[in-house]
Amino acid sequence: MNDMKLQLKIWRQRSAEEKGHFETYSVQASEHMSFLEMLDVLNEQLIGKKEEPVVFEHDCREGICGACSMVINGQPHGPNGGTTTCQLHMRSFKSGDTITIEPFRAVGFPVIKDLAVDRSAFDRIIQSGGYISVNTGQAPDGNSIPIEKGEASKAFDAAACIGCGACVAACPNGSAMLFTSAKVSHLGLLPQGQVEHEARVQNMVAQMDKEGFGMCSNTGACEAECPKDISIENIARLNRNYMASMFSSDK
Amino acid sequence: MWIIKFLTSSIGRKLIMSLTGLFLILFLTVHLAGNLQLLKNDGGEAFNSYAYIMTHNPLIILISYGNYIFILLHAAVGILLYFQNKGAKGTKYAVSTNKSATWASKNMALLGTLVLAFLFIHMGDFWFKMKMGEGWINEVQSASLGHPVKDLYEKVSYSFSQLWVVIVYIVGLVILGFHLSHGFASAFQSLGINHKKYTPIIAGLGKAYSILVPLGFAIIPLYVYFIK
Repeated sequence: MNDMKLQLKIWRQRSAEEKGHFETYSVQASEHMSFLEMLDVLNEQLIGKKEEPVVFEHDCREGICGACSMVINGQPHGPNGGTTTCQLHMRSFKSGDTITIEPFRAVGFPVIKDLAVDRSAFDRIIQSGGYISVNTGQAPDGNSIPIEKGEASKAFDAAACIGCGACVAACPNGSAMLFTSAKVSHLGLLPQGQVEHEARVQNMVAQMDKEGFGMCSNTGACEAECPKDISIENIARLNRNYMASMFSSDK
Repeated sequence: MWIIKFLTSSIGRKLIMSLTGLFLILFLTVHLAGNLQLLKNDGGEAFNSYAYIMTHNPLIILISYGNYIFILLHAAVGILLYFQNKGAKGTKYAVSTNKSATWASKNMALLGTLVLAFLFIHMGDFWFKMKMGEGWINEVQSASLGHPVKDLYEKVSYSFSQLWVVIVYIVGLVILGFHLSHGFASAFQSLGINHKKYTPIIAGLGKAYSILVPLGFAIIPLYVYFIK
């Protein structure tokens, strides 16, 4: 039963070089559809009319891959807290609504086409230090390294980051501080991450700065829009780890 | 050099903003404590003697030079950050609903520029005349010091007897309050201080400070204009 009538104002941009513009579409959807399924319906419609479908990224559609990236009515991943776009359902909207859909905006995330942006800057930040060195082989016994529960929980909360980039999209400065701090916290809080800890903090911050992301001014917009509820406590931890590393390490 | 690399990194710049900001917060507190002597009904004796000491004690003079440098550094780095951050954001959203971020936190550069403009007016009014000395400001005998001192009290009383000056000061102080409402707690977050026990206290202190200190300053022009 596609009984919801919606107006969609969608950003269309043919390539990174060309200028984009908004286009308005009408679509009929069911309240049980996910937001992406509603866009699938729109694209079927466009293909039927031999028009160019709207490009948007998606992969797992179960809220864990971080591929779906769009700003819905001014909010990355839409109006619901702690939710990715794919887990947003049309029941969060009313029939007759006009929904504005824009790509993530930040110089560090250039538009590739329509709603798809290039987030490979995040990959390069990870490559610069988001790893630990362990010997491969058999899986180690669980709990062979004791980790205090509180620290393990903090590390796990930070590890929940799916690298979707909503923090950058929400930040008025286009800063990638929440993402980088989540990665540094997740690895740096655990004993397995200590080997590279000092170098990791320095290298990841250096790469983040090099990618052209802005600087954090503690507005807290990132943590409010994060689909995984990553806290800006992690940014404070990144700040102090970075300062400590810069002042105490040999490098 | 590592120190250059550190201070020009995104986190290093935040540290500069944070430390200079915290120094200026400390300065405001001392400045207010001294200025509240203007409310004393002693013809300016206490305030003028205090102003003399503040402009003649070598340690205070040294700190005051630090203060000028920190104000300029805070403003210069702040303006630089504003333009770099604006550049990093690029295209703006057609629809914007940043419900969570406070208005002040998103407009620190605007608020800061207005505070700086107010500071120039304020310094032109008192600091400049105090520095220029004769012809700009009268001298008066200080009973406690036993020699003549500049009568800054009379200058303040004259300035605040004009309604437009009072209005400029109140507006300036409200803007300062908004700037502090984000700046106070933000400075601690930039320093890496975010703790379950202390962050709520810092946030509370920041709110109280951003209301009470501008209010304390505002009492002076209001008292001079309406009551004296």
